[in-house]
Amino acid sequence: MTTLTDTAPHAPAPRGGIAGSIADSLVVTKRNLIRMTRIPEMVVFGLVQPVMFVILFSFVFGGSLNIGGSTDPKAYREFLMAGIFAQTVTFATAGAGAGIADDMSKGLVDRFRSLPMARGAVLTGRTLADLVQTTLTVVVLAVVGLLVGWRIHEGIPKALGAFALLLLLGYAFSWIGALIGLSVRTPEAATSGGLIWLFPVTFVSNAFVDPEQMASWIRPIAEWNPFSATVQACRELFGNPGVVQSDAWPMQHPVWASLLWSLVIIAVFRTLAVRKYRSASA
Amino acid sequence: MPGAIHAEGLVKTFGDVTALDGVDLDVPEGTVLGLLGPNGAGKTTTVRVLTTLLRPDRGTATVAGIDVLAHPNEVRRSIGLSGQFAAVDEYLTGRENLQMVGQLYQMDSRAAKRRAGELLDRFHLADAADRPAKTYSGGMRRRLDLAAALVVSPPVMFMDEPTTGLDPRNRQALWEVIKELVSGGTTLLLTTQYLEEADHLAHDIAVVDHGKVIARGTSDQLKARTGGERVEVVVHERAAVAPAREVLARYGPGDRGLDDVSVEDHTRKLTVPVTGGAKLLAEVIRDLDAVGIEIDDIGLRRPTLDDVFISLTGHAAAREREEDGEERPPARGRKHRKEPAA
Ligand SMILES: Nc1ncnc2c1ncn2[C@@H]1O[C@H](COP(=O)(O)OP(=O)(O)O)[C@@H](O)[C@H]1O
Ligand SMILES: [Mg+2]
Repeated sequence: MTTLTDTAPHAPAPRGGIAGSIADSLVVTKRNLIRMTRIPEMVVFGLVQPVMFVILFSFVFGGSLNIGGSTDPKAYREFLMAGIFAQTVTFATAGAGAGIADDMSKGLVDRFRSLPMARGAVLTGRTLADLVQTTLTVVVLAVVGLLVGWRIHEGIPKALGAFALLLLLGYAFSWIGALIGLSVRTPEAATSGGLIWLFPVTFVSNAFVDPEQMASWIRPIAEWNPFSATVQACRELFGNPGVVQSDAWPMQHPVWASLLWSLVIIAVFRTLAVRKYRSASA
Repeated sequence: MPGAIHAEGLVKTFGDVTALDGVDLDVPEGTVLGLLGPNGAGKTTTVRVLTTLLRPDRGTATVAGIDVLAHPNEVRRSIGLSGQFAAVDEYLTGRENLQMVGQLYQMDSRAAKRRAGELLDRFHLADAADRPAKTYSGGMRRRLDLAAALVVSPPVMFMDEPTTGLDPRNRQALWEVIKELVSGGTTLLLTTQYLEEADHLAHDIAVVDHGKVIARGTSDQLKARTGGERVEVVVHERAAVAPAREVLARYGPGDRGLDDVSVEDHTRKLTVPVTGGAKLLAEVIRDLDAVGIEIDDIGLRRPTLDDVFISLTGHAAAREREEDGEERPPARGRKHRKEPAA
């Protein structure tokens, strides 16, 4: 009996606290990033979809829609980008859910849960890795946007602020995805379950249509939608057309609304997801 | 003093399925307990409760003297778990898998790397160390999973059906590793569907069925209850059954004369409990030959899980179906199915 036990270190005391959580989360983040490099097609599909949206919307619907009294296709493209950005970051939800459901079905969650590691680290590691992927997607999307005529009009610092709000929204939504992934039985269910609810969330919003044109009962929903707040904030910060004129508080103060919504979503869904994780049974 | 693993009255239900129906266990330090039972008996549920993965509805348990329900995180420092399905990240290489586990045990990356290298050598995975685990065979994944459970040296180990789905050669190899491990003083709870495996590896065996321990003892005690080994002979002609029975009765325990030999007339099969193993077989053949009895088939049968079950419960073990091993973990939904009635 040499290598098996003699040279093995003994398990240390749990390192507890914030430092321990961060260290464990980073180990899991690294693991998920390595996985992404081993499945590059997943990353590529994640990029192709939003780019395709930009191109389809720009060139198919481009001239037929009226933005702020203008039918200039260039105005439409400027209007469009904030919506596409926001829609793209929210798709991180599905990735997080599928990844976690996959870890559950492969028994990896059991392995992690039998280790003396920080409670939320497996989920945080997952959502942080998804954030890295989302950032990459947003960068590519910005380049494609610039190519089709989208522009920033309010200076770089405000534009960076808009990107920060977008990534924060994506990060918040990935905690919803984590909860979905822990609640379903297969990765496939997590993928479809993670996508279905995004359609109402992203379409009952100001992303592609002015809520002014919606039925009166649905309009407040669109205006208070966290997703709308981020889109509105981006249009303001980028200086793009299509800023909704409304008395609703989130439409008046979109930057604050977006920030608050994202933080509330993180606080609520992180708590629920970590609790679910602790009792998860694969 | 309670053992390194101690459980009392564990109960766990899932909806209307009673997975555990009052399980009591005690595994003295440095010994191996084999938890033997058919599919659906409650083995995995027991392991999951003891490894802090699942809270029982009722009952108490301590592992390494620590209360599993009150101090799960402390328990996690003292255990290694190799679950029913090899829990390795298939997109990571073997080395990366082990390094990750080491780092989660708070080793710095150099120490984690060194330990991963040692374990890869020890488990004969060095050649495949830098390939994604996806490319590993079932046996290799099992070994990697076991290595991951041994990154630190846990005083208490749990292995849930470590060899199910492995071919005989890989099974033998894994047995050697397990024996070496326990010779170092590790306390081990091992679940299995094979009496032979429990016999080979465990000091004590607990037989579980429908969430209850229905028998416990050493493997010799269990085999004594089961009748141990037996010789089975199929004679060529029906007329030879009676004289063959007389010959075979000489090898039986002797207390019931001819009745020691059970006979299935329509298949011309005779069975007699024996002690003496393979050597005996040659003698039986010679004796039958001496009186001119022609045989179609002869063999030495060791008791199986089914034999144990038949002797303990009067019925064969109810099996969901044969497990297909750890290579393709079934969708999580599968486990939620209700067990067919025995
Ligand atoms: N998460 C679960 N949900 C519902 N039923 C379960 C779950 N886990 C196990 N069971 C049921 O509990 C019983 C015992 O299962 P298990 O402990 O996995 O048995 P074994 O490992 O001996 O094959 C089975 O009837 C199984 O279907
Ligand atoms: Mg099992």
